[in-house]
Amino acid sequence: MEVLGDITSAVVLLLNFIVVPGLSYGSQLALGALGITLVFGILRFANFAHGDTMAFGTMIVILVTWWLQAQGINLGPLPTALLALPAGILLTVVLLVVTDRLVYRHYRRQKSAPVTFMIASIGVMFVTNGVVRFVIGPNDQRFLDGERFILRARDFKASTGLAEGLSIKVSQGLTIVIAVLLVAALFWFLQKTRTGKAMRAYSDNEDLALLSGVDPDRVVLVTWTIAAILATIAGTLYGLDKSFKPFTYLQLLLPMFAAAIVGGIGNPIGAILGGYVIAFSEVMVTYAYKKVFIYLLPQGLEPEGLVQLLSTDYKFAVSFVILVLVLLVRPTGLLRGKVL
Amino acid sequence: MSFLVGENLVGGYGGADILRGCTIEVNEGEIAVIVGPNGAGKSTAMKALLGMLDLREGEVRFRDRNLSSLTPQRRIAEGIAFVPQTQNVFTSMTVYENLEMGAFLRDDQIDETVEQVYELFPILAQKRDQLAGELSGGQRQQVAVARALMSRPSVLMLDEPTAGVSPIVMDELFDRILEVRATGVAILMVEQNARQALDIADRGYVLVMGENRHTDSGSALLADPVVRRSFLGG
Repeated sequence: MEVLGDITSAVVLLLNFIVVPGLSYGSQLALGALGITLVFGILRFANFAHGDTMAFGTMIVILVTWWLQAQGINLGPLPTALLALPAGILLTVVLLVVTDRLVYRHYRRQKSAPVTFMIASIGVMFVTNGVVRFVIGPNDQRFLDGERFILRARDFKASTGLAEGLSIKVSQGLTIVIAVLLVAALFWFLQKTRTGKAMRAYSDNEDLALLSGVDPDRVVLVTWTIAAILATIAGTLYGLDKSFKPFTYLQLLLPMFAAAIVGGIGNPIGAILGGYVIAFSEVMVTYAYKKVFIYLLPQGLEPEGLVQLLSTDYKFAVSFVILVLVLLVRPTGLLRGKVL
Repeated sequence: MSFLVGENLVGGYGGADILRGCTIEVNEGEIAVIVGPNGAGKSTAMKALLGMLDLREGEVRFRDRNLSSLTPQRRIAEGIAFVPQTQNVFTSMTVYENLEMGAFLRDDQIDETVEQVYELFPILAQKRDQLAGELSGGQRQQVAVARALMSRPSVLMLDEPTAGVSPIVMDELFDRILEVRATGVAILMVEQNARQALDIADRGYVLVMGENRHTDSGSALLADPVVRRSFLGG
């Protein structure tokens, strides 16, 4: 009986510290990677500004959230930020469309090589980053309100009588639910609607799509709109779950690109798969397993160290290693994507 | 008056002129075939009709209207369909979705056209939910032609439709093209398999160095000893 209890405790530990955080972080990465992969598949370049697009969208959401809070408007148990999302999305669409007009359209007309677009996107990244720091500052911003937990560790322990608790934050639950809904909507759009099919056709074979009468300007516009929606929502969910800091969003670029490439860049399903692969690898490699072993191993055999493969400071190394491995072994990604 | 005509076409892709004054014409219910040696400008002439290169001289007229200022997309909307030689299907989309893309500019019901296309190419009805990229070469060519037909064009332009397919598939494809002609569509083809293509052609053009060398009915060109010796291998 005690053995069973120990095993259950170990499982709850893993659920609490690996599965739940992995699922929510994975969902955030998946949404980010989806934006990157869509832009890559349709506009044909690696958009380095995507992390800062997320930061911009989140910044707008935070400002509007603060304004709503000042007006005394809130969503009760849910974060007020959800109410501010439409405004954030709208302004981010404007940002991306204006950027496209000012920067990328010029290179499209020149029929520039993808690497030119990529370098241009790095410039856009710096400018966007500068705007965000200028407006909201480089520091941490908290904008989470409402209920904090769906399930508290204390309540879980009390109701199950287990030694270990399981907690699920509202932000984590929201992340997973919203990610599922958003991905379902995106796939419905791409598979079933006329515009979605035109986008897939344009991504598959640009010349033939033009020969079929697809309007390239419209495809570009819709792609940026979707990228803005995905970036703002991903950024806001990440900010609610952890915290908002412009520099963190710049750093997110690496795991998001890793996710897109691991899954097969240009392939939306791959981006989602890649998001979870990266997130779970990061969480699993940086978790200290000592307590799990204490539950599972006979007394006297428990490990002395933390049993942590990598310090959390090195978590970006995980994305990087996976990225390098995939590019070496399977450059098209896990699901068949394009080769960079 | 002619239906679609490119007259005294002169131009190329920026460098030296590839087309040097050739004239290509096709009428309703007629098959016109362009043959000639490599580098004669056969495909380029077709692309000029579609507006895919800048002409220095000459003009393209369709139903007695000058198309020269229209982009390829606008010309397609006018009823000209084009099947490129390679990469002529959406490989990551199903056969049915390929047909839907062919009808992209239409806003009426497409079911009837889909049925007609399935009747013409029965194999596509069987494979409708399969990805076009998973089909054999011959089946892909059928998808490519079917996609172009979905816009109910009045001119169908085919750039080497039988390149890389087996002789049996080639014969079948030419049979289908004859059936399309019977519906009143004007068909313009560039072909490497000159003999077989001229055999079904109402009008044949032998292009050399971007100029018309011989122009006649398909059967007359086949019978012409000079054309036979120089271009058809005896």
